[in-house]
Amino acid sequence: MRVLIPGIAGLLARKVAMRLLHDGHEVIGVDPRGWPGAPNEIELHAVDIRKRGAEDVFRKRRPQAVIHMATVSALQVSSEERYRINLGGTRAVFEHCAEYGVEELVFVGRHTYYGAGPDAPLYHTEAEPPQELGSYPELADLVAADLYAANALWRLPKLSTAVLRVCYTLGPSGHATLADFLRGRFVPMVLGFDPLFHFMHEDDAAEAIALALAKKLRGVYNVAGPQPLPLSVIAREAGRTPLPLPETLLSLLLGRAGLPRLSRGALAHIKYPIVVDAASFRAETGFAHRFDELTTVQTFADAFPVAGQARAVPPP
Amino acid sequence: MPGDDIAARVDRLELPFDARGIDPYGVSKWHLTAAFRVLGLLYKRYFHVRSVGVEHIPPRGRAMLVGNHSGGIALDGAMVIASCFFEMEPPRLAQGMAEKFINRLPFASVWASRCGQFTGLPEHAQRLLEDGRLLLVFPEGARGTAKLWPERWSLVDFGTGFVRLALRTQTPIIPFGFIGGGDAIPTITNLYRIGKLFGMPFIPVTPWIAPLPRPIPLEVHYGAPLLFQGTGSEDDEVVQRYVEEVKSNVAALIEKGRESRRSAR
Repeated sequence: MRVLIPGIAGLLARKVAMRLLHDGHEVIGVDPRGWPGAPNEIELHAVDIRKRGAEDVFRKRRPQAVIHMATVSALQVSSEERYRINLGGTRAVFEHCAEYGVEELVFVGRHTYYGAGPDAPLYHTEAEPPQELGSYPELADLVAADLYAANALWRLPKLSTAVLRVCYTLGPSGHATLADFLRGRFVPMVLGFDPLFHFMHEDDAAEAIALALAKKLRGVYNVAGPQPLPLSVIAREAGRTPLPLPETLLSLLLGRAGLPRLSRGALAHIKYPIVVDAASFRAETGFAHRFDELTTVQTFADAFPVAGQARAVPPP
Repeated sequence: MPGDDIAARVDRLELPFDARGIDPYGVSKWHLTAAFRVLGLLYKRYFHVRSVGVEHIPPRGRAMLVGNHSGGIALDGAMVIASCFFEMEPPRLAQGMAEKFINRLPFASVWASRCGQFTGLPEHAQRLLEDGRLLLVFPEGARGTAKLWPERWSLVDFGTGFVRLALRTQTPIIPFGFIGGGDAIPTITNLYRIGKLFGMPFIPVTPWIAPLPRPIPLEVHYGAPLLFQGTGSEDDEVVQRYVEEVKSNVAALIEKGRESRRSAR
């Protein structure tokens, strides 16, 4: 199958691409960031998904399937540009898919869609609406992109669409939100709170995304692997030191004194858990994780020991 | 009970703990051991709690403990949890449905969660039962804890959600009557406005001002399981009939407890 991956330069997307290549698929990547050292078999186009050049790739190469991974989180990009990438980019992907006869689309979203708050249940199911958007407006564009992708299920009935809400990923690449948060010696916490964090190994996440494609999944699915762990346990297992600070002090210190950058709204995400029920995904795809929660943290800790010299495994 | 015995009992809880002693809900062996050390002292040494009929609680599988509120703070819930832990073989963890304000309070949020006491949401209740857990429900809600001293033997209205949930999940209801909480913490009034300042529904006031309990012997009387047949989508009148049946069982267990106290004097 000819598979196009917008956002292929991301580390998780690279893993997905390698996996598809290994399974015998033809892989085309679209990403202005480029992928130095990519395998020759992967056809790369260094263009923005919202630009004409990306549409040309759809028109000329006619992919049968698309895995949309060109979204960014609030930590990576500032608000206006993020809005354009997440919503404008997603819209462009769906329009091109409809226009050029793509049969299958996997939208890789995030489990933070559900939001974190004191009254939110553990183990969110796919039927639940997003919550707490008011206290974390930086999430709005990702939530909007998720909902826009999901409405393709009725708007574009010929396109088999899967919307995946993937929990945090962690592993030796040291890439993504949770790894960024755990990178330093001290892991900031809100004093008196210790939420569960739901995460899976990055290889398991890549496997799950590839499975969604292989099984021609249609619908909205949470994707998770092993059970969640409290943030303090993750920090200690990773050889870090939890640093509980009063909330007001913490909001002043974030991004300073060696602590990770975090928006004020994101503080709720280190006070309250976001845990998802991924039973439907497992039932539909037969997915089973290979790395348990402790091994997953260990693979990150081995690659990024606390002394500071990262021994990161080079991305594939 | 020595601390090591408590840790051994925690080990014997039939919950799916991982290698670090944490279950899929974040319930932690370390926190449970610490909490049961304190609860054990209160249960055995301070309140000399007597549990009657604990054999009615199934040793495993889903079940719902349903009883009366007694005392202005969550003493009743804590002692029922202690009773299931110390009196059952193997021990079981009863999981209560906590008031929403607890999850907003620093430290209380962590300790409640790690000990399996989650916010009282229908989603939590259903999921725990479907996972074969032991759920602890006070259908009187916060109105039950607000009972003043003269009302301590009364029951306020029961909500109906617990019966619909029991029907939907085919869960046996084990009624219980809690005796003595109203005497341990005799509430003379409740301060609602001041409570709200602290993020709580109210703060009970006793003759000695603070809601600190007196060392009065407490009792929990469990009754035979009640299993209702249905789907959970029955008409209100049908559900209300079941609710009244549970309520009358709870009232009878309270009366039985009072009677045994009177005859013991």
